Amino acid sequence: MKRWLIPAANAFAVFLALLALWQAVIWIFHVAPYMLPPPLAVGKALLARRSLLLNALTITAEEAAGGLLASVVAGTAIALFFAQSRWLRRMLFPYTLLLQTVPIIAIAPLILMWVGAGMSAVTLIAFIISLAPIIANVTQGLISVDENFVQLFLMHNASPAQVLFRLRLPHAVPSLFVGIRIASGLAVIGAITGELYAGSSRVGEGGLGYSILYASTQLQTDYLFALVAAATVLGFAFVFIVMFLEWYSLHRWHESARPLEAD
Amino acid sequence: MSSAAGIPMIQLAGVAKRFKQGQPVLDPLDLEISKGEFVTLLGPSGCGKSTLLKLIAGLTPLSSGTIRVDGMNPKNARELLSFIFQDPTLLPWRTVAQNVCLGLELERVAEKRRLKKVEELLELVGLTHVSKAYPRELSGGMKMRVSIARALATNPRLLLMDEPFAALDEMARDRFNEELLRLREEQKWTAIFVTHSVAEAVFLSTRIIILAPNPGRIHAMLPVDLPFPRTATLRTAPEFDLLAASVSRALRGAITT
Repeated sequence: MKRWLIPAANAFAVFLALLALWQAVIWIFHVAPYMLPPPLAVGKALLARRSLLLNALTITAEEAAGGLLASVVAGTAIALFFAQSRWLRRMLFPYTLLLQTVPIIAIAPLILMWVGAGMSAVTLIAFIISLAPIIANVTQGLISVDENFVQLFLMHNASPAQVLFRLRLPHAVPSLFVGIRIASGLAVIGAITGELYAGSSRVGEGGLGYSILYASTQLQTDYLFALVAAATVLGFAFVFIVMFLEWYSLHRWHESARPLEAD
Repeated sequence: MSSAAGIPMIQLAGVAKRFKQGQPVLDPLDLEISKGEFVTLLGPSGCGKSTLLKLIAGLTPLSSGTIRVDGMNPKNARELLSFIFQDPTLLPWRTVAQNVCLGLELERVAEKRRLKKVEELLELVGLTHVSKAYPRELSGGMKMRVSIARALATNPRLLLMDEPFAALDEMARDRFNEELLRLREEQKWTAIFVTHSVAEAVFLSTRIIILAPNPGRIHAMLPVDLPFPRTATLRTAPEFDLLAASVSRALRGAITT
C-alpha cells in the first residue's frame, strides 16, 4: 500500500467522525435547522447552488490571488530597497509593522470609499493584509547572507547589482516562501473581509464574503455552512499551491525541502 | 631579508591594523613576497594571520602603511588574485559547474570561454562526474575541491588561502596538499597560505613566516629549501623532520614571547 494512503485514510476517518458528532448534537439537543443545519442539508445546499457557489468561489479566489501576487511583487521590491542600508530599515521598518497591526476591518470602509466598491477594492484589501509578511521575510533573507559570500563576490569585482541579484536575492528565496505561506492565508481572509463591506456590483452575485453576508441575512443557514466550507477549502488550496511551488523551486538545493518521498 | 631575490609580487611597507576602538591587531610590518613563492603564515590564534590575508586582498581597510600587489593597489589587483576560504562558501542554489563558473560570470567572461574553462577545471580537480550535482550532495572534501576549482577558474596569479583544509581529516589534508602542489606546478601562481599545522606548512612552502600574537607581528622567517616536486614520501624524509622540528621550536618561541 502506498505510504501516504494510511494517513489520508485516517484524516478522512476523523472527518467522518466530526460529521457524525455534528449530527448527534442536532438529534440530542433538538437544534433548529436555521441555527445548525444537519450535514446532509449542507451537502444538499452545496449541490443545489453549486453554480452560484462556484461563481462566488472564483471571484474570491481571483481577488485573493491578485492581492497575493501584487504583494509578492511589491513586497520583494520594497525588501530589495530595504536591503540597501540599515539606516533605511530603521527609518521605514516600523511602518511595515503598521501594515500588520492596523485592523483591516477598520480600514476596509475607507478603501471602499476611495476606490469604489468592487473587485479592485477587495483585491487592494487582500494586497494590504498580505504585504507585511512578504516584506519582513524577504528583507530578513536578503540581509542574512554570510559575510564570506559577500567577500567572495567582492574578490571578483562584483557590482552592487550583481551582489544583490546573484547573491542576496537567490539566498532570500526560501524566506520569500515562508512569507508567501503566511501571506496566502491572509490574502484569502482579506478578500472575504473586504467582500463583507464591498458588496457586489450585481445583486445576488458576489464573492464568498458577500454571499455569506447575504445568506445570513436570509437565514439560509445550510447555504451559509456550504459557503464557510468553500472558504476553508479555498484557504487550504492557496496554502497547498504555495507549498507545492516552494517544494518545486527549492527541493533541488535547499535543506528545508527534501525530496517528497524522503519522509 | 630572506625573501628570494625575484620579481616582487607583494610589497608591504609599514602595514598596521587597529580595531575601531584602537587596539592594535597587527603591529607595523614590512614584507616582500616574490613571484612564484609559496609563503605560509603560521602562528597561534590572534596573531593576525587572517587579517594580513584580508589586507592583501583589499577586503579590510589598512590603518597605516602601503600594500602593493604586482605594483598595484590591492583593490585594483583583484583580477590577479583568488581567495580560498576555510569554509568552501559554495552557493547552495548553484550546481557544481555553476559554482566553478561564478568568478568568470562576475568578471563577465563570454559564455563559450566560460563553459570551456569550467570543463577544464572540473577535469583538473576530478569532479567532472558530479558537475550537475548541488553542494548539499557532496562530501566536505568534494566541496573543497569545487572551491579550489572556482578559485583557479579566473587564472589567478596570486592565490590567498585561509586555512582551506582545516576542516578535513589528516589523510584528506595530506592528499589535498599534494594536489595543491601539483596544480601550482602546472599553473605557476604565487601563494600565501594560512595554517595552524606545522607539517602542512613545511610540506607546501618555500618560506614560512611565523607570527606572534597580541598584537600580531613577524616573529621569524624560515626558508624551506626542500626541492620540488614534492611527493608524499617527503613526509618521512629526515630533512622534513628536521625542518618541522625547527619550525615547531620557532612557533613555541612565538607563543611564549
